Amino acid sequence: MDLEKFKVHGEPLIYGAMVSIALATIGILVGLTYFKKWGYLWREWLTTVDHKKIGVMYILAALLMLFRGGVDAMMMRLQTAAPEMKFLDAQHYNEVFTTHGLIMILFMAMPFIIGLMNVIIPLQIGARDVAFPRLNAVSFWLFFFGAMLLNISFVIGGSPDAGWSAYFPLASLEFSPTVGNNYYSLALQISGIGTLITGVNFIVTILKMRAPGMTLMKMPMFTWSVLITNIIIVFAFPVLTVALALMMFDRLFGSQFFTMANGGMDMLWANLFWVWGHPEVYIVILPAFGIYSEIIATFSKKNLYGYTSMVFSMVIISLLSFLVWAHHFYTMGQGVMVNSFFSITTMAIAVPTGVKIFNWLFTLRKGRITFTTPMLYTLAFIPIFTIGGVTGVMLAMASADYQYHNTMFLVAHFHYVLIPGAVFAVIAGFHYWFPKVFGFRLNERLGKHAFWWIIISFNVTFFPLFFLGLMGMTRRMYTYSEETGFGPLNMLSFAGAVGLAIGFVLLVYNIYWSTRYMPRDTTSDPWDGRTLEWATPSPIPAYNFAVVPKVKSLDPFWEAKQKKVSLFEDKITKIHLPNNTGKPFILGVIFFFLGFFLVFSMWVPAIVAGVGVIVMLAAMSFDQDHGFYVSAEEVIATEKKLRGETV
Amino acid sequence: MKKKGPLYALFLSLLFILPGCSSLTVLNPKGPAARTLSDTIILSIAVMAFVLAVVYILYIFVLVKYRAKKSNEGYIPEHEEGNKVLEAIWIIIPIIIVAFLSVVTVKSTHAVENVANEYKDQDPLVIYASSSNWKWHFSYPEEGIETVNYVNIPVHRAVEFRLYSFGTITSFWVPQLAGQKYAMSDMLTYLNLSGDTVGSYIGKNSNFSGKGFAHMEFETLVMTDEDYQDWVKEVKETAPALTEDEFKGLLAAEHLGRKTYSSTHLEFSPPPGDHSEHMSGDGTEMDMHNGGEEHEDNKEIHPSPAPSSQTEFDGNPAPEVEEPLPSSPVEEHTHQ
Repeated sequence: MDLEKFKVHGEPLIYGAMVSIALATIGILVGLTYFKKWGYLWREWLTTVDHKKIGVMYILAALLMLFRGGVDAMMMRLQTAAPEMKFLDAQHYNEVFTTHGLIMILFMAMPFIIGLMNVIIPLQIGARDVAFPRLNAVSFWLFFFGAMLLNISFVIGGSPDAGWSAYFPLASLEFSPTVGNNYYSLALQISGIGTLITGVNFIVTILKMRAPGMTLMKMPMFTWSVLITNIIIVFAFPVLTVALALMMFDRLFGSQFFTMANGGMDMLWANLFWVWGHPEVYIVILPAFGIYSEIIATFSKKNLYGYTSMVFSMVIISLLSFLVWAHHFYTMGQGVMVNSFFSITTMAIAVPTGVKIFNWLFTLRKGRITFTTPMLYTLAFIPIFTIGGVTGVMLAMASADYQYHNTMFLVAHFHYVLIPGAVFAVIAGFHYWFPKVFGFRLNERLGKHAFWWIIISFNVTFFPLFFLGLMGMTRRMYTYSEETGFGPLNMLSFAGAVGLAIGFVLLVYNIYWSTRYMPRDTTSDPWDGRTLEWATPSPIPAYNFAVVPKVKSLDPFWEAKQKKVSLFEDKITKIHLPNNTGKPFILGVIFFFLGFFLVFSMWVPAIVAGVGVIVMLAAMSFDQDHGFYVSAEEVIATEKKLRGETV
Repeated sequence: MKKKGPLYALFLSLLFILPGCSSLTVLNPKGPAARTLSDTIILSIAVMAFVLAVVYILYIFVLVKYRAKKSNEGYIPEHEEGNKVLEAIWIIIPIIIVAFLSVVTVKSTHAVENVANEYKDQDPLVIYASSSNWKWHFSYPEEGIETVNYVNIPVHRAVEFRLYSFGTITSFWVPQLAGQKYAMSDMLTYLNLSGDTVGSYIGKNSNFSGKGFAHMEFETLVMTDEDYQDWVKEVKETAPALTEDEFKGLLAAEHLGRKTYSSTHLEFSPPPGDHSEHMSGDGTEMDMHNGGEEHEDNKEIHPSPAPSSQTEFDGNPAPEVEEPLPSSPVEEHTHQ
């Protein structure tokens, strides 16, 4: 076999990455063996079907990917900090910005949000788990091994280098002959299947498993946003699945769907990609709107203003999100009519989004606002996201877009939308729900330090890019000359990026510090919350609710506290729970090898792995497993331990 | 006090930017299409600044007035449903703003997708601009000349660029003269562009196209009509003809300096059809001669307007036939 194609040549950086990956792996393996944690890891985590643990694993993976994507970002900002920098060469820079985009969107923002969804949704609707706990584990492991597959591309064979949008014919075998874009099609495909399963799982969970009394219009806003998001997932992801499959056929089996010859259509890829890609943006932003709604209500001590219009605006946004994809390529020459149509649909999204902004502001009005760390991120989101929103309207104007398209102005815009719209939200949600999951709060002082570093540095990093765009600097340029005059603003942006890195290091340090020193929370409701998740003990027992709560209003827990009544009227009885299973993890591993062998066109091993996948799916389908019961006595004992003697 | 982030950055950025406002290329137009776009952009910035102001004022007011302080300790806000009138206001006003911007968009898009009003009565000069690897080929079917990596056009003259690519999707962009448009391998796209000030303007590919992307620039020289005619004449007399073999060599190269030829590649390597032909599945023929002949006929009826008095550049054509490679450090070998 030809080992040459596995190698990535040149760069000391890549050798450094190889060595650090090898060392980290060895370190983890040795550590697990030394502390005799293999059994623990397998029993408690790798085989778990508990939505809370799966959520925690999603978030851990997302934090790791945030680090990886952040290092990519720093390398890009360093390379462009001054004219004619020699830090990265063109090929390496192209790989770095491609993986930065892929990782941040698909392997950071999405899993972070899905992780929060996993932890919180069953709690918010008063359920004991998601509808299909095993499928949930399948989702996670497919996502995880898809992410791993993409990440090893950096050191084995080379990363994708045609941009995260992988436009054809650039991404075709003719112009990208390395295996990089094979990784793209397979890694995204594997994790995409996981996401699609998540979509189905959460729609069913939210529609079928709500506590008695919780009608659709009494669901917390986060639950609403997650429901809508998962409906978008179920409609949008099949498009990606098909597009990636066609891409794989083109690259591995010589089909000609998107190539230049034999009737292939390169623009078809762009259309398919953005038919998925634009809804994808809302998949990460709508849950963020939900998180912000919860946090604003909690920390202004008020119910959400205009609940009904909040729900309807999200529904309208989700519908419009499928009608705007062509605004990503106004410059493809579709003519005035088509461009006008897509301009108008795009600008129309500003209306429901504006409704949400004003409803949040009016929720704050007449409230009593406390500035906790999660609330600070939420409050920072409003003005920053509004800048992203108004520049979005400017970009939506087809004519003007002929001047913004492919420039740093666009880059500035989508960072102004995605960072406050998704990243701040997951950080806020992370701080907000952390005590629920782990039983102690993150330190507020450290949290606020990190916050100010992140907020100020964010603006220093990305605001100059608006001007660079208007100066004519295009995105994805690995270098530029002195005469262009792009130097000073890029240097400023790099300084901001350093500040952002400091902020994120502080944030991670806060997790470490708080784990060691923060006092344990005994109230189980540290923020004086409003929704059902705060009615469970912290940390949450495996069965979530000893007794299924009865819901009468929108903020049931708040109301129960105000009226000093209990949500839990029924007697404790035995509780049915699903068994752990190792099969989803094994399935993920096999998928990983299938993907890897296909990337390198190693047909025999690929066929073996493919058969393995089918065997595993069959084994899981015919698995007879009826779960187990936790006895009433055991539940009572656990509740006593967690809540003191009050039960 | 809480929200100094954006303001702070805005201030910093303004400090940097104010000395060189003319460096904002996009807002410093030198042609009617770019001017329409610049006006559209400035108008949209004004409208959006108003929207931002409303949100920011409300935001600061709410945060200052309703923050938790000693005086309102123990205050528990009342339950508050929405308010139909208020919610209607912030639905209707944005709809009006969006409707207004939609009209502006449709009008300006229509304007730049067609020949600019002041040059409506001219028959446009047709130039084919095609990209291959990381360079641009410009073919003048009427004059029968071809250049690489630079394009000369007469001032005050409607020019119709017909764009296509010999490979990846590229985007043809001369920010000071007009907005960009994609060049693709299987379909012809059209871009109307005119310069109303003599001068040299940077043009580039703005759509990522692989390793050599960062260096894919060309010069657009807007010159007086006389200079242009002289240049065409000189090229016809001095430059070599473009043979098929020579053109194959050009296509294969990754980067090139400037090149000039006294014939075009269109004769032996016709461009793809336009969109309608593409959709019918027959995109191999393109009758570039028709446009050319028509244009020749109309030339006497519509002479080009006199050169602008506000010239910034003497417009020396300088038709270097062969120039060494510009600073393109990319030397690695790629696929062919």
